[in-house]
Amino acid sequence: MAMGVNTLAYYFRETARYLFRNSWLSLAAIGTITVSLLILGASLLLVTNTNKIALDLEQKLEIRVFLKQNLSLSQVKQLEKKINFVSGVASVSFVSKEKALADLRRGLGERKDILAGMKKNPLPDAFQVKMTRSEQIASAAAQIGTLPGVDQARYGQGTVEKLLLVTRWIRITGIIIIGALILAALFLISSIIRLSVFARRQEINIMKYLGATNWFIRTPFLLEGVTLGFLGSFIAVVILYFSYWSFVQQVSMFVPFIPLVADQRLLFNLFGGLVGLGLIIGIAGSFFSVRKYLKV
Amino acid sequence: MVHFYHVSKVYQNGVKALKDVTMHISRGDFLFLVGPSGAGKTTLTKLLLREELPTKGQVIFCGKNVARLKPQEIPLLRRKIGVVFQDFRLLPKKTVYENVAFALEVVGGSGQIIKKRVPEALEMVGLADKQKMFPSQLSGGEQQRAGIARAIVNRPLLLITDEPTGNLDPKTSWELIYLLQEINRLGTTIIMATHAWDIVNALKKRVVAFSGGQMVRDEKRGVYGYGG
Repeated sequence: MAMGVNTLAYYFRETARYLFRNSWLSLAAIGTITVSLLILGASLLLVTNTNKIALDLEQKLEIRVFLKQNLSLSQVKQLEKKINFVSGVASVSFVSKEKALADLRRGLGERKDILAGMKKNPLPDAFQVKMTRSEQIASAAAQIGTLPGVDQARYGQGTVEKLLLVTRWIRITGIIIIGALILAALFLISSIIRLSVFARRQEINIMKYLGATNWFIRTPFLLEGVTLGFLGSFIAVVILYFSYWSFVQQVSMFVPFIPLVADQRLLFNLFGGLVGLGLIIGIAGSFFSVRKYLKV
Repeated sequence: MVHFYHVSKVYQNGVKALKDVTMHISRGDFLFLVGPSGAGKTTLTKLLLREELPTKGQVIFCGKNVARLKPQEIPLLRRKIGVVFQDFRLLPKKTVYENVAFALEVVGGSGQIIKKRVPEALEMVGLADKQKMFPSQLSGGEQQRAGIARAIVNRPLLLITDEPTGNLDPKTSWELIYLLQEINRLGTTIIMATHAWDIVNALKKRVVAFSGGQMVRDEKRGVYGYGG
């Protein structure tokens, strides 16, 4: 059915009329959606940031493979190949004992004098092994440990497992909180639209007798829900945007080693997603409330 | 135009509202439905508007089985039938003009059609000079005229009026009947459910009487009454 300009004008007029007539109610709705989506957005930011920090740490995880003394050059090359074949290994690089000592010196900084008394380099040659998947680090280390010529294969045993567990819990609780908040916002919009529908039940009844289609009756309510959802989420995003940027600036000034998410594209997607979610909540909430009253 | 074939209606609470009703209404008829409250008059109109489905039998309107209409066809059916209510059911926050225009708006009528037809309908019912008033500023008879204007502005084939004079004094009732007769003369079929015996007797139109859900009488030029 072609929609006339007149019908379109009718929709907008009706939507505006009811938004303004129940203006205090509309404000309450917008406020609650703003608060819900603020909390939702803040928890999303928290989750993406812990994810990023966890990912960062996971990427830094590596196995240090210490070699037995006096291996020949060909034995070392052979071993490097074998380690490369262990599943989950991303890259292997050789660290000679000379380089290890130099690294240690640099690491000690001003206290490098403690090394001065040593006549011989006590450090073994080693491989630095990076992983593609951090979950496999324990099994890979065990496997490498059994290879001939390997003295020890070490990674931060124990602490790595704890870190992985913590990040998983943060993800799970984040998802639960977000789910609960979405449900709350949905319930709120549907209650408000229900009130709006209830206030107009006589009008809806007459419209049915006059031969209005269900979509014609429904559209102003859907637009009302969409408007509420949009305004609420838009305000939430604006607040979130400014407060998050000032937070990022503070952190980068005082604790610069914490890698916070500052990728413009990612944040744009996240904020866009929040507004989209607000719209969906608005449509879904009003759709369910109108459905009940359309039966005549 | 309207055919009821062996129509029965039993509501979910067990009330038998209609029992095996067969009747036919031709284009241009003016028909009175009479009978005590609860005799089935209102159920009959609800079946026509597809507010309710018949338990048995068929209701045919303009060659179509009303019960078999798809959900999206129901609004189209209702656009061919105008309804006038005993309690007027005008929207209190719209003016007379807006109330009548509303009937065209909700079916997607263009601005041009609204500007042309609304004044015509208001002229027809004699409310042209009160179009800017709100329903609360009108008398009962005037409100009912506004209700009729709203029902006819979309040019329905059939006008159903359920006790339109129920809330009006005798003089106003008569004015309303003259108006309905005028509308009927212009070609609209009219079904009027009523208790107003004096009007029925004076007009000598077709009378269909109901009692306890059964059709007890159908006379071409009848008088009021529904005793066996």
